[in-house]
Amino acid sequence: MKVSMDWLNEYLTLDVDPQTLGEKIERTAVEVDQVYKMSDGMSKLVVGETLSVEPHPDSDHLHICQVDVGEDEPLQIVCGAPNVATGQKVIVALPGAWIAGHHKIKKSKMRGVASNGMLCALQEIGFDEKIAPKAYDEGIYILPADSENGSSVFPILGMDDDIVETDLTPNRGDMNSMNGTAWEVGAIYGKTPKMPTFSLNEDGSRKVSDLLQFSVDETLAPTYKMRIVSGVTIQDSPLWLQKRLWEAGMRPINNIVDVTNYIMLTYGQPLHAFDYDKLSSHHIHVRLADEGEHLTTLDGEDRKLRDSDMVIADDKHAIALAGTMGGLDTEIDDNTTTIAIESAIFDPIKIRKTARFFNLHSEASMRFERGVNKDDNQKALDHAATLMAELGQGQTEQGTGVGSDTPVEPAKVSVTLTRINHVLGTQLTADQVQTIFDHLNFPTDNDGETFNVTVPARRWDIHIEADLFEEVARLYGYDNIPSTLPYGTMTPGALTFKQRIIRDSRRLLEGAGLNQAISYALTTTAKAEQFMMRDSEPTELAFPMSTDHTTARMNLISGLLDDIAYNVARKQKNVALYEQGRVFYREGDAIRPLEVEHIAGAVTGTLTTKTWHAEADTIDFYGIKGIVDLFLHDMGLSEPVHYEATQAHAQMHPGRTADIYVGDQVVGFVGQVHPEVASDYKIPDTYVFELNLQALIDAPHDQQQYEPISKFPDVTRDIAILVDQSVTNADVVALINKRGGAHLADVQLFDVYEGVHLPAGKKSLAYTLTYRDRQSTLVEADVTKAFDKVTAALEKEFDAEIR
Amino acid sequence: MALRERLQELHDRGLADIKKGDSLDRINEIRVQLLGKKGPITQALRGLRDVSAEERPKIGSFANQIRDELTAAIEERNQELKKAAINAKLASETLDVTLPGTPVAQGQPHVIQRIIDQLEDMFLGMGYQVVDGPEVEDDHHNFEMMNLPKDHPARDMQDTFYITPEILMRTHTSPNQARAMEAHDFSKGSLKMISPGRVYRRDTDDATHSHQFHQVEGLVIDKHVTMADLKGTLEMVAANLFGDEFDVRLRPSYFPFTEPSVEADITCFNCMGKGCAVCKNTGWIEVLGAGMVHPNVLKMAGVDSSVYGGFAFGLGPDRFAMLKYGVDDIRNFYLNDTRFLTQFYKRG
Ligand SMILES: [Zn+2]
Repeated sequence: MKVSMDWLNEYLTLDVDPQTLGEKIERTAVEVDQVYKMSDGMSKLVVGETLSVEPHPDSDHLHICQVDVGEDEPLQIVCGAPNVATGQKVIVALPGAWIAGHHKIKKSKMRGVASNGMLCALQEIGFDEKIAPKAYDEGIYILPADSENGSSVFPILGMDDDIVETDLTPNRGDMNSMNGTAWEVGAIYGKTPKMPTFSLNEDGSRKVSDLLQFSVDETLAPTYKMRIVSGVTIQDSPLWLQKRLWEAGMRPINNIVDVTNYIMLTYGQPLHAFDYDKLSSHHIHVRLADEGEHLTTLDGEDRKLRDSDMVIADDKHAIALAGTMGGLDTEIDDNTTTIAIESAIFDPIKIRKTARFFNLHSEASMRFERGVNKDDNQKALDHAATLMAELGQGQTEQGTGVGSDTPVEPAKVSVTLTRINHVLGTQLTADQVQTIFDHLNFPTDNDGETFNVTVPARRWDIHIEADLFEEVARLYGYDNIPSTLPYGTMTPGALTFKQRIIRDSRRLLEGAGLNQAISYALTTTAKAEQFMMRDSEPTELAFPMSTDHTTARMNLISGLLDDIAYNVARKQKNVALYEQGRVFYREGDAIRPLEVEHIAGAVTGTLTTKTWHAEADTIDFYGIKGIVDLFLHDMGLSEPVHYEATQAHAQMHPGRTADIYVGDQVVGFVGQVHPEVASDYKIPDTYVFELNLQALIDAPHDQQQYEPISKFPDVTRDIAILVDQSVTNADVVALINKRGGAHLADVQLFDVYEGVHLPAGKKSLAYTLTYRDRQSTLVEADVTKAFDKVTAALEKEFDAEIR
Repeated sequence: MALRERLQELHDRGLADIKKGDSLDRINEIRVQLLGKKGPITQALRGLRDVSAEERPKIGSFANQIRDELTAAIEERNQELKKAAINAKLASETLDVTLPGTPVAQGQPHVIQRIIDQLEDMFLGMGYQVVDGPEVEDDHHNFEMMNLPKDHPARDMQDTFYITPEILMRTHTSPNQARAMEAHDFSKGSLKMISPGRVYRRDTDDATHSHQFHQVEGLVIDKHVTMADLKGTLEMVAANLFGDEFDVRLRPSYFPFTEPSVEADITCFNCMGKGCAVCKNTGWIEVLGAGMVHPNVLKMAGVDSSVYGGFAFGLGPDRFAMLKYGVDDIRNFYLNDTRFLTQFYKRG
């Protein structure tokens, strides 16, 4: 809420500069968006009087005006406003003046005629289109006739007033009014605000109860009251009232509508004014709309209502969308003479839903949503009637028409000094606490320990002990609360096994040269369903915000490929990424998906670039597989890892993809992205892997145990064999291990050759076999014997030719 | 010539030759010549037979002295020559040490991960556990148990991706408060946890909004946990992440799941509190929200609010990273441009 300091000073004598007040409010109550004057950034704007207005000889719309700005000589100013006329008091931007938009006024010539300044419209001196009075939409603003020529316009228009703009949290709807703000500021400074006064004069001859009947659903409107003011003249409000409105960001309309808004700003109680004579019956209903019922609202829109929308109706039809917007048919117009003023409290949830549905968030609906002070409901109505009668020269009819008036009992909350200090970590005394409640003007008694607090209706946010802790804490000052750390039972702070593996896994892949990516977990259904490791139904959003993010991912690779595409489109050819995160698998009819931790990598181009000294480390199948090897080795799994060629992954290259096994369980896959898929993503050759990290966490892990280093030297033997292309390395290694004898410790492939020097369909594989005996030095003859068995087995099983 | 004079001459000539010798080979030659079995000194010593018995020991020791001196001279010269040879070799092996080293592939953690890890490490050190929870949540845990019943206005603040009317993408990590309290055995002592993770809001992505971002939730529940403890803890967080030269300010705020509720600001590091565009001229930057756990939240999680209480806080690593490193577009975190990802390796 934009709080005028001038207005606030009517409630409280504050000897404080607005910036300090803003800071104080921010530390004690609610956020302050800004502290400003409407005149900020503007200067040299003074009152002028048009002594003469002549048409410009070379223009059909410009006028040459001689303007008295309090100097010896009048200023000649050329003005294009259609409403400029002789004898007006106008806003003059003198030469050198700054007006809105950092615009500086200079002496100039307009179509050959000297113009020494500018006559201004309100919009030109910073008034928003939405708050400048409609009458002056098309032209310059006319100041009151008693304005002194040459004096600054800022005080006349309230533009030199300091505005403290608060940003209210949902619980502090009470500060959506000047009264509420004054109570709060009073509490902060320990002063009691002076609330507005007025003297109601029911000088009308009729009784409201004779003029109106009501049928009010009290669940919709626990309070519903009306007063009637008759014989009014519709006219502009006096400037003091207009200023109050536009300083608060509201547009002056006419004396009646302005009073409803002014009272709303004062009390936080939204009011609505109906033209009594336009009601088709004098029986007012508060009810839910009929499904499909029509209402044309004040903005001219024809609204088709739902049966959850609350309306005010006469016997025939809806006349207002309750608390949200009035109806056009009963609008106050220039000929209105009798006003029915509504002061009501509506169901906030219904208001919110209606305002949201029709996108009609108004100052009124916002206040109904956040709460209204029941205690001020009648006062606001009385005050409004008084002001309307005064400003419209009308009479207030007798009494109030009451449709409903459900009493609200003030909350009584008890709290002990011990609890306050226990929760806040303070050592406040009973006197200190009592003083805080006194400053809040909450009637409170205490026996030195227990405080019985009566919370006025204006603070409807307070119901429980904890609410009072907050009042004490904030008014005592968060700055004054000590800083400590929780004590009590010591608890061990340690990552779980799963969390440690997840952390380690990230570090491993970073060590292997992959950068951690965090991609969007919501993607398209098509991408969510790529690279899947099991069957799953997609988990789709009911109302997605964009077509790119509709479905929870069921793989990580597709996100990484999106990332690579983003890089490639920006000329980054070498991209190495990994991601650790969840995939969302859903069984046929289950509603909630299973969330499974995965880890995946994707590399295109090179891991390291070519330099003067080293070749580029260009990624290929074996490069990405090496990363997976390293990763799985360091997972310390009990069961052996092996790879099997697979064509089962539709998005993977059918000849360059392997499923990864731990024991008998498939835990992932590795290989090249299918070239057609890569082309769909607009990326070059890319190698990827994805692992079910949860499966690796759950798999049996070896216990670490020290293995003594052999005191006896190893013996190695090399063997090269020529075998059919179809024989795999895994086959050969398995056979060597099977037949290698007790002392075979390691088998390392050190060469693969396929080419023109070999018979067709053959390849050459070369291995180093390492023999080790921990008990004694190996005897040459024993090694030879063992090695010969391997050779024989290879010849027999694979028809291998030993080279 | 007497034997002694001959020996003296051998000694003098030998030393001169050694000094002149300019290679290890030449020195070896000299050594063989002078000191070898057939060398002049050995031969001269054979002449001792002809020397009187009285003179014999004197000449003998003189001869040994000469041999030792020559041996030492040869050794010394050898060392000199070896050293010279090594120096010459080293001189020929000079490199341009300014040529770049061979690159080693090395990846970086994501900047948001860095912040989460840093927070985890700090809280682990203070005895907190790290707790995970589902990203696809039910309305009950995400809202109801957080004191946000259906129709609560604050639900509007968190525009939600619903999957079904009861299932949604979690809008905050706060449901993990409820889950942790439900699971905790308070007879075994206090509950101290943090819970980092992804959260989702129904937002249009732009420079300051992302439909996916991160939060770290924190919760401490025990028999005596105070607002002062919350303040001290938040000050630790700020000092840990941003450095201890910044002030922390607590302001009243509103969250349905805490009462009292506060927001924490730190001194604007761009202007050190003087006021600038980054802090909208306030000198403060809002970094997190917190408060004392609302009794309704405790009750709904089955915790007796008359015995137990505590604090909760929620902070945004995305926001922290933006503030700390001056990242001006939140989308950078999720587009994974390698030129972005590889920037975050510095220690400060
Ligand atoms: Zn700043």
